[in-house]
Amino acid sequence: MKRPAQDPLLSALTDATFQAYRKAVTHLPPDVLRVIRKAAAAETSPVARGEFEHILKNIELAEMHGIPMCQDTGVPVIYLTLPPDVPLTQDLYDAVEGGVRRATKEVPLRPNVVDPLTRHNTGDNTSVGMPAIHVKPGERFTVTVLPKGAGAENCSRISMLLPSQVYGIEGFVVETMLYAEGRPCPPVFLGVGIGGTFDSAAALAKEALLLPVDSMTGFEQQICDSVNRLGIGPMGLGGDFTALAVKVKAAGCHTASLPVAVNVQCWANRHATAEVKR
Amino acid sequence: MRVKPVQIRTPLGDEVLALKAGDHVELSGIVYTARDEAHLRMQEEGIPFDPKGAVIYHCGPVVLDKKIIAAGPTTSARLNELAGFLLERGIRAFIGKGGMGVTVRKQLAGKGVYFAFTGGCAALASSHMELKGVKFEDLGMAEAVWVIELDRLPLVVGIDAHGNDIFDTARNHARASFREFAGRIPGGSS
Repeated sequence: MKRPAQDPLLSALTDATFQAYRKAVTHLPPDVLRVIRKAAAAETSPVARGEFEHILKNIELAEMHGIPMCQDTGVPVIYLTLPPDVPLTQDLYDAVEGGVRRATKEVPLRPNVVDPLTRHNTGDNTSVGMPAIHVKPGERFTVTVLPKGAGAENCSRISMLLPSQVYGIEGFVVETMLYAEGRPCPPVFLGVGIGGTFDSAAALAKEALLLPVDSMTGFEQQICDSVNRLGIGPMGLGGDFTALAVKVKAAGCHTASLPVAVNVQCWANRHATAEVKR
Repeated sequence: MRVKPVQIRTPLGDEVLALKAGDHVELSGIVYTARDEAHLRMQEEGIPFDPKGAVIYHCGPVVLDKKIIAAGPTTSARLNELAGFLLERGIRAFIGKGGMGVTVRKQLAGKGVYFAFTGGCAALASSHMELKGVKFEDLGMAEAVWVIELDRLPLVVGIDAHGNDIFDTARNHARASFREFAGRIPGGSS
């Protein structure tokens, strides 16, 4: 049997995971930065303007010194795309885990992953089912790392609305931020999953956070405006920007169902993609 | 136009009574980190530093080679029930994120203030910090009490000593806005 570390493709996957992880926690994607800068310039509350100044300065310092922009470096959520000639094997999962362990030691990341019942910390950000790895077919062999912090994740919600409640989708999203207040470190990005099943709606909501955030559909903009009318503002201190963007991903669903999931993401909408070198 | 931040230095005295919710300040001097475990230990065994005029930072930093690497604030509301005994012993201010409950707002009246530091800004925080020591180190990196010297850490007064709380103002605005929103859509709130 081949050991994962000896197969060049697998060690390249470990390396790409490590590189993407390091980039994700130290650099924000350009579209995310653009949206934060635009809101910072438009904000009118003096207290909120101060918060935006801190956020922008913090992003700059993290990039400059290569240190995590937030001490909550999250849990590893991983998206793999596999080209037709790379078979999906357990070795791929192990190689990604190796990259997570290396990032934990070398970036460094805060060890956040614990047993859900005993709360024992594994120390290396891996455990049963963690990293959470999602695989899709694609043209190129890539790994995307989305480190998910707990403050915002804990404010996420799902609801099985009635099929007659399409009008209620917007209300459910706005209500999610009403309950969240300053806890998820607003201004937030909101990933909204609509349709599918109970579980896939939540997965869609998380994937929506990976969509470009510097453009919104009319529907997304309408929800975003309603959230911002709450006036919770950066860190719950009041202000014009509670949300920076709302992104929706939808899937077909049962005629008797309308699952809606909201995945809340703090201003640090961290994710990075690396190509696996072959 | 941004008003110049007020400069203050620990240990704090009655100057904190003049601060108003929404004021920007820059804080210098020694502060002590404490999260849930450290609060419980202080309640049982006593405070391991002179509490008179001291400031507690709700934070679990990343420390490497005796340097503060990343030190953003944690959610202060978790410590709502554990603030009273500290204020009674002379603590004058807390730093954290998200604000604190109505009980703490009342406990702060006439005594001290709650400062908000921008959530997630761990790199910005550490650029204003120098590590001076540690207490309760056995609690582990996140839960230990780290003794940190601040050099002009930029903060905003979230709750002042006169019962003003900008988190509460924002909360009330959000509730009123949602009631209005729910009244507009068919079927009301989900």
